[in-house]
Amino acid sequence: MNKDEMHTLIAKRVAYELEDQSLVNLGIGLPTKAASYIPRDIKVTFQSENGFVGLRGLKDDETNDGTIVNAGGQPVGIEKGGAFFDSATSFGIIRGGYVDCTILGALQVDKNGNIANYMIPGKMVPGMGGAMDLLEGAKKVIVAMQHTAKGNPKILNECNLPLTASQAVDLIVTEMGVIEVSD
Amino acid sequence: MNKITTIKEVIKHIKNEDTIMIGGFMGNGAPPTLIDAVIEKGIKDITLISSDTATIDYKTGKLIRDKRVKKLYASHIGLNKETGRQMTDGELDVELVPQGTLVERIRAAGFGLGGILTTTGVGTRVEQDKQKLTVEGVEYLLETPLHADVALINAKRADKSGNLQYQGSMVNFNAMMAAAAKTTIVEVDEIVENGEMDPNLVVTPGVFVDHIVKRGENDE
Repeated sequence: MNKDEMHTLIAKRVAYELEDQSLVNLGIGLPTKAASYIPRDIKVTFQSENGFVGLRGLKDDETNDGTIVNAGGQPVGIEKGGAFFDSATSFGIIRGGYVDCTILGALQVDKNGNIANYMIPGKMVPGMGGAMDLLEGAKKVIVAMQHTAKGNPKILNECNLPLTASQAVDLIVTEMGVIEVSD
Repeated sequence: MNKITTIKEVIKHIKNEDTIMIGGFMGNGAPPTLIDAVIEKGIKDITLISSDTATIDYKTGKLIRDKRVKKLYASHIGLNKETGRQMTDGELDVELVPQGTLVERIRAAGFGLGGILTTTGVGTRVEQDKQKLTVEGVEYLLETPLHADVALINAKRADKSGNLQYQGSMVNFNAMMAAAAKTTIVEVDEIVENGEMDPNLVVTPGVFVDHIVKRGENDE
């Protein structure tokens, strides 16, 4: 499998974990792909942490006027019945426990459900964005990632990168399998 | 008080070493004309409070590119490589703040609160040097208010009282920043007479807004 095939496999598999009538937040990158593979018999609503519920992709004939973007700054649309709000309300929804599930990428996850996904000291410091709040507030946290990075394991006994949150991850989905984090 | 003004007049309220909040998320809902005016006037040594630094030649990214910022509070800088380079090379002091905590610290400043309590960041580097408080058995971080000299925000429509309405996902940080700065300047597409905006549909009340400029009309 090449990288694209792996990502598609992971996205398809992780989409099966979503529950009918749930509010879901997808991280940038691989997790966003899951939106294309939601089973037809369930209805999921997406929350975008920059300030709305009802996120959807642009339709083919839809013009992009730049007024609605997703958490990666890419143009998107909003479903009928959706709503815009400010960032304080958005993170109130997140920390307040109204997001049923979040799917995030990760650099490392360990056996205690600790997750590192916002910096590699001295190398890469993109920042945590909304990830720390999502990990604290979402009812269920799913990590969707490749099993290894250039041959190095990403699922460890103990993370050695700075943590984004401790004991937060419920499920890990990779191209190798699905792992439940338990006590 | 007449709040409607021009870029030329309004830029006089911004000076070197100011702490400036700029609304927007990856540039969506950031005020383009006000940012360009800051660049043009040569304002430097800014402490910038913003969700992110967009991309290198876009919106707040321009202020980083032109080295106008000495200290940055943001939640995400990964899409602007120049911000990361300046941080790594010690040219720019960056405090990364979880996005939900960032907006709450801004809200606290605007709404007269001494801080907020959040579980976000507990058990991570974010908790370093912060006071912890236990409430009803749960451990929280005390996050302090973030004040600013000036907030530069963006909206779709203002009435002459400064009441604001937004478009799409462009409200984001703008609403809370409007309240948190000593001086709030808003850039809009449209200004309407008082009475033309339905008071039921105002998102940001005009009491927070000091100056209004209309995009495209006040450039000279």
